[in-house]
Amino acid sequence: MNSRILHIATNTFREAVRDRVLYNLIGFALLMSAAAVLVGQISIQIERLVVINLGLTAVSLFGIVIAIFIGIGLVSKEIDKRTLYTVLSRPVRRWEFIAGKFFGLSGTLVVNTFFMAIGVFAALAYVSHHFESSDVGILVALYFIVLQFVIITALALFFSSFSTPIFSAIFAFWLFVIGSFAQDLRNFAHMTHGLAHWLATGAAYLVPNFSALNVISQVAHGEPVPHRLILLNTAYVLVYSLAVLSGAVLIFERRNLK
Amino acid sequence: MRAIEILGLEKIYNAGFWRRRSKRALRPLTLAVEEGEIFGFLGPNGAGKTTTLKILMGLVFPTSGSARILGMELDDPRMKGQIGFLPEQPYFYDHLTARELLRYYGQLSGVDATQLSHKVDAVLEQVRLSESANVQLRKFSKGMLQRAGIAQAILHDPKVVFLDEPMSGLDPMGRREVRNLIEDLKAKGKTVFFSTHILSDAEALCDRVAIINQGELRGVGAVAELTASVHGKVEIVWHGMSTPAGIRSMGAECHAAGDTMRVILPEENQDAALEALRREHLRVISVVPVRTSLEDYFVAQLGGPAKSEAVSARG
Amino acid sequence: MTVARSRQITAVASVILLCSMASAAFLLRSMDETFPSATLQQMLYISSPKLLKRLSLGYDGLVADIYWTRTVQYFGGIHSRGGGTYKLLWPLLNIATQLDPHLIPAYEFGETFLLAKPPQGAGDPYRAIELVQYGTQNNPNNWHLYYDLAFIYYDQKDYLHASEAFLRASQLPNAHPFLKIMAAQMAQHGGDLRTARMMWSAMYETTHDKLIQANAAAHLRAIQVNEEVTALEHLVQAYRDRTGHFPETFSEMVSSGMIRGIPLDPLHHSYRLESGGRVVVSNPDDLPFLDKGLPRGYVPSAAPKLSPES
Repeated sequence: MNSRILHIATNTFREAVRDRVLYNLIGFALLMSAAAVLVGQISIQIERLVVINLGLTAVSLFGIVIAIFIGIGLVSKEIDKRTLYTVLSRPVRRWEFIAGKFFGLSGTLVVNTFFMAIGVFAALAYVSHHFESSDVGILVALYFIVLQFVIITALALFFSSFSTPIFSAIFAFWLFVIGSFAQDLRNFAHMTHGLAHWLATGAAYLVPNFSALNVISQVAHGEPVPHRLILLNTAYVLVYSLAVLSGAVLIFERRNLK
Repeated sequence: MRAIEILGLEKIYNAGFWRRRSKRALRPLTLAVEEGEIFGFLGPNGAGKTTTLKILMGLVFPTSGSARILGMELDDPRMKGQIGFLPEQPYFYDHLTARELLRYYGQLSGVDATQLSHKVDAVLEQVRLSESANVQLRKFSKGMLQRAGIAQAILHDPKVVFLDEPMSGLDPMGRREVRNLIEDLKAKGKTVFFSTHILSDAEALCDRVAIINQGELRGVGAVAELTASVHGKVEIVWHGMSTPAGIRSMGAECHAAGDTMRVILPEENQDAALEALRREHLRVISVVPVRTSLEDYFVAQLGGPAKSEAVSARG
Repeated sequence: MTVARSRQITAVASVILLCSMASAAFLLRSMDETFPSATLQQMLYISSPKLLKRLSLGYDGLVADIYWTRTVQYFGGIHSRGGGTYKLLWPLLNIATQLDPHLIPAYEFGETFLLAKPPQGAGDPYRAIELVQYGTQNNPNNWHLYYDLAFIYYDQKDYLHASEAFLRASQLPNAHPFLKIMAAQMAQHGGDLRTARMMWSAMYETTHDKLIQANAAAHLRAIQVNEEVTALEHLVQAYRDRTGHFPETFSEMVSSGMIRGIPLDPLHHSYRLESGGRVVVSNPDDLPFLDKGLPRGYVPSAAPKLSPES
């Protein structure tokens, strides 16, 4: 059972890489280089701040876009190419397929982020010629960004299991936007009464909490991230992704693949 | 034990926004296929052939009825390890090479790692794709994709092989190759179940066929049995450019070729036609019985002239 | 698919789904409790209102609302933990009102809590004036904003400007009739206790915000205490004049017939006597804004609660 999931994951990874997804790294590298050079020349006394802010935001946005673009096609593409039929006619269970796709795309994003991280640190070294002990925080921020990718991947896969690519992309994108304002949604829930309160509270818990995963400006200012937050976020993402994937499995198991 | 056993399999789709319109893709179908047979599943497009295959593969869930393959349930992983499936018009993974594709499928089928490379090479050889083994699939022609598809269906040495329109998109050479492959499979004791709308292929290959139209089974049996039930035909060729009134009134189509005319008529009209020709003093060149084909049976079963998109006698 | 196996997978997946969502909700609450300001830094990630306006892509109103809710949460969070200096109050209000100049509640809120001194508020009267004046410029027909402005001037003891503001307010459509009265009162008796009582009663009556209401109530209680302490200290002086020494406790004064019972403050706690004839309240933490009646050497340790439990 495990080896099948691994094989599907590996295949997904290979497809993504050969589909030239890693070319986005070139764009990213160009962006970071240009920013670093520009900032280095102007010397505005907040070089580190700008490089870290810009770099981490770019890692986050590039990755979200990739996660959505590849994620929405994970299932629908296999149907179009008829490959899903040949896979499921083998001793592969439908839920194993979903799991394999999930790990494959997540793995791709981790690798992608790894290379981007090198880019960020390189740019940082260029502008400030040294590292500070608080820069360890950048690794934490990157880890949180990867956790964001995990959730988006699960969501894109969930929508892909029953919807067309266009709608999957729209839903996933909007969930990302609303999730970024999750904290505000909960504030709003606190302030309202009656039906609005219940709706807002429900939405606030259903929507993925991306606001807690965004520590970019904190890290840019050199402030440390509490250990407890790291633990809680990790647990939250694991559990939330599990929920979303279970939903995907539930839908996919009963779907007629016409 | 029967290779495939289908009992009352039915599929109704609820279409439309409110799911009110129901469409019967498959009326209760009952069918059995013995081991070692080459079994043809024939019918026009949209008849329900692909639906049946998808139900058997566990891709679509039947509204009612049941089926067993090799005596096992449709979702039994042990059973899935012993079948192979080629879907209609596959594209496969763009960026994999043929070898990588087969390795992937082999891994998913649980082929032993030590034997995998050997089996992949063997099957590539069998479908004559050895030279293109390391070419990416997006560069494959339709025929090559079809052969790759067959390769993945037989790679793990399954007992029953399901092929959905295996000849689709192939040129005559390609079709002959696939025919040979199917015969090879039978020689190895495998059961082959394939769907097609090309009747001549079925005639040549199949031990038995089933004919399905608009979701309903219209006939099952050996080819010889089925064609025997259709009345014979005769072909009459005469010298001249005109058609006697008597023949014209039979409603048969006459073809001109050079300075001769040709017509194919039911056997029972033979005497009346010859009489009509004699009266007009037209010289008869030949009177030859025409072997009834599966197409004749098909047309007879389905009623009326075949629709242009449905049936092609010679492909 | 056999029915049994399908049901099995559905059951397992459903259970996992429900348990996971429940865990997720639980974890979110955990995070909330441990890190109420986890997103504080994010709130002012972009602190320039102009930039924010451009980034809002025309959805100014929505973004303004988001910042307004953040302001309220921010304030409420610090307030419930005992108060502070509310450093971010001005920037948040500034952003919210720049994005939506017609966000009336923001002006009133800002006026009250930018004005109040720490730990009740930010203690920044200049920003308060700046905020409310910006409000009056953008909402020239809203009498409530001029009323808020008057309040600020009153607090700063600029009775002339306060009176003018009241006058302006009284001339606007739908102006509350009491505004004219306030204008007159302010002009003549700006520093009076009676004026103060009128001001805070008016605020208490007209505001919709519970926090602002509580603030006004606290001010009214303080006025009452000031009056009562003044009266009690007179009586204590009279006792001294009569007996030659200051009373130790109020019981002495009761038994000598000067007062009928132990005096109670607005929160129904008894007043106490300190040496030298000083009358003080028992729980100064519960009564903010006092000028009189504070025990010797009293330093507010934490923010006095605006709405005490009693």
